[in-house]
Amino acid sequence: MNFLARTWLGEWLVGLGRLTVMARDSVASCLTFKASRRDLFYQIYFIGIKSQAVVLVTGAFTGMVLTAQTYFQFHKVKMDTATLGVVSVAMCDELGPVLTALMVAGRVGAAIAAELGTMRVTEQIDALRTLATHPIDYLVVPRLLASMLALPLLTVESIVLGILSGYVVGSQLLGIDPVYLYYNMLRYTADIDVVFGLVKSFVYGGIIALIGCYKGLSCGMGAEGVGRATTEAVVYSSITILIANFFLTLVLERLYLMVS
Amino acid sequence: MIEVRQLKKSFGSQLILGGVDLRIETGESAVIIGRSGGGKSVLLKHLIGLLKPESGEVLVDGDPITHMNERQLLRVRRKFGMVFQGAALFDSMTVAENVAFGLRRLEHFTEGEIARRVAATLELVDLPGTQKKKPAELSGGMRKRVGLARAIIYEPRFVLYDEPTTGLDPIVSDSIDHLIMRVRDQLKVTSVVVTHDMRSARRVGNHVFLLHNKKIYAHASPEELFASQDAVVRQFIDGVADSKEIDL
Repeated sequence: MNFLARTWLGEWLVGLGRLTVMARDSVASCLTFKASRRDLFYQIYFIGIKSQAVVLVTGAFTGMVLTAQTYFQFHKVKMDTATLGVVSVAMCDELGPVLTALMVAGRVGAAIAAELGTMRVTEQIDALRTLATHPIDYLVVPRLLASMLALPLLTVESIVLGILSGYVVGSQLLGIDPVYLYYNMLRYTADIDVVFGLVKSFVYGGIIALIGCYKGLSCGMGAEGVGRATTEAVVYSSITILIANFFLTLVLERLYLMVS
Repeated sequence: MIEVRQLKKSFGSQLILGGVDLRIETGESAVIIGRSGGGKSVLLKHLIGLLKPESGEVLVDGDPITHMNERQLLRVRRKFGMVFQGAALFDSMTVAENVAFGLRRLEHFTEGEIARRVAATLELVDLPGTQKKKPAELSGGMRKRVGLARAIIYEPRFVLYDEPTTGLDPIVSDSIDHLIMRVRDQLKVTSVVVTHDMRSARRVGNHVFLLHNKKIYAHASPEELFASQDAVVRQFIDGVADSKEIDL
């Protein structure tokens, strides 16, 4: 046990502690508006605009396959017209935010870790510090804010396209009555489902940026260090998103029940 | 004035600095020499608070900086400029953006004033008209000059040079040495140069520290040090390898 504590468990706990301190410093920096507006807009462009293609394709095909699978099961009990209701709730609550976050983690988390890792091994981070610039203010905060702003918007796009493509597949390919399909979608989807999805995606945006930045800023030396940081950023942020999804679902549902 | 007292630093189980003491007076041009991997760059990074020691003190103008947090250190670092071994230019920015970086962070300069100062500083380092180039388009010597321009544009009181001539041919090295002397004389800065280039050490320094066996082994004026008959000093100055190393 002591051996474990000294090796991977100890390292993991130290890493978690450092990540927590970085998150605290980043939030404090966000509140004092030290980030440059120009950097923030560039990161919104990079994280938000440039991720659209991958997010839209993911949303569309997830909506299509979910519609087909739901229809194949519901058709057996003659509930065909409820198909899009299931697709809509699943896209808003779970699939939209989670799949969007996983795709962005793969694209943006890796890019952030690689960029900051390269800056670290080429002493650019040290150069920033000698120029009286805090790496949290200059590098982490713009990426964190941009990611937390962009993820909910990307998630909305993914949800809308998922439901829309499900509607087209259901009505045009599977022969479900389009009016009932649409009516039942509205009937079973509540506003709170959309709110849950947006809250989740906001949190996932923070997870992707923080883990990507942490892995980049603490990466080992050389090309191997950068490669490892990039891989770990994607793996850790993806796993954290999946774990956080479970706890967020429980907490948000409890909160909603208490409030309502 | 920069003062280092009993500075100790390890990486893992490897001791790098084992109780270093040194004092660099204001206006002085200090050179730290020593073998590759001997801890010169580590010592230099402690002077500006980029590394935290295990024990010991670093005082800048009498203020101890070793216990300061990163935000407190940012204020101290406004007194410093640092030139890195590999220049450490921001590769996503142009030369002008790199050089202007420190000024922009001070936030009280207009764009016109920044452009004028960038042009003047690039002129000082013999790189006029290179504002729009990217770091990838520059040679090693040019990158070091841009790194120097970036370090001096906001007129710091101390300029730290980490191996400024390493990897450069003798002619470019000579021009970098002249540049260091020009900056020292024109801007009246305190310079700290880490090098293992003996010709450079002799030329740019008025006080030379020899780092040996994790401590400052000797310090003297260049003339005194280069005339020393001490075996360790002579071995380093003359560049004589140990017999064990020759066998290897």
